[in-house]
Amino acid sequence: MSQSYNRGLIEDFGRWKEFSAGMWAWIFHKFTGWMLIGYLFTHIAVLSSAIAAADGQTMMLAGEQVDAYTGTLQGLESLFIVRVLEVGLLAVAVFHILNGVRLLMVDLGVGLTAQDKSFYASLVLTGVITVASVPTFMAGVGL
Amino acid sequence: MAERYSSFTPGGTAWFLQRVTAAFLIVVLAFHFFLLHFVNHASEITFAGTQARMEDVGYFLTMVLFLIAGAFHGVNGVYNALVNQGLSGTPKKVVLAVLVIAAGLLIVQGVWVALVMRGMI
Repeated sequence: MSQSYNRGLIEDFGRWKEFSAGMWAWIFHKFTGWMLIGYLFTHIAVLSSAIAAADGQTMMLAGEQVDAYTGTLQGLESLFIVRVLEVGLLAVAVFHILNGVRLLMVDLGVGLTAQDKSFYASLVLTGVITVASVPTFMAGVGL
Repeated sequence: MAERYSSFTPGGTAWFLQRVTAAFLIVVLAFHFFLLHFVNHASEITFAGTQARMEDVGYFLTMVLFLIAGAFHGVNGVYNALVNQGLSGTPKKVVLAVLVIAAGLLIVQGVWVALVMRGMI
């Protein structure tokens, strides 16, 4: 027998207290997606310093004259806040990847009954991978 | 079961491409992060090192495809999120046009940068 289910306007974020695991997964996927596309534009902008470098432009980095690309990238990497943001970016990317795998499985109809558990698994794995990556991401930078 | 729980729209090209690019991006994004943070540390990246990586035609093509797939997946995702929030009518068309132009510019700029890194321009 077919049943109809009135889900209400789930796009109403004011109802966040009623949200279930699947709804949170949907919101986190959107949020991380916005972050990632925003970052992609920033990333290409920063990498565009390669055009200046190829043109022979140089800059000072820690008292040394270096090409514009090396100076821009290493200059950014020397900032503590940039490293923190990179860890944040990793967390965002890892969650988006893991939840994306979960969504592909949901679309294929695989493990539908465990979709809430796989969301929690995505969160936990994201936390573990992010924490485990902190030493590598923060290597050689001081406050 | 009368209800359809999949977001699949039969014949939806954008839906299909979103999934294809997703599968591609999962692998390449993981590779990219691993290569440029764990194999080569981001803080030690130099123009010479980037040029050397880009000399490998397979790496170069992967990075260009990565950019195109990422730009499409991201912009299509943003568009779908906005449509999901109730965007319709003329604003929907304007947003689509702006996003298509933004993605186009991003790809052109990115390919230009990649060609410069490879020493082809």
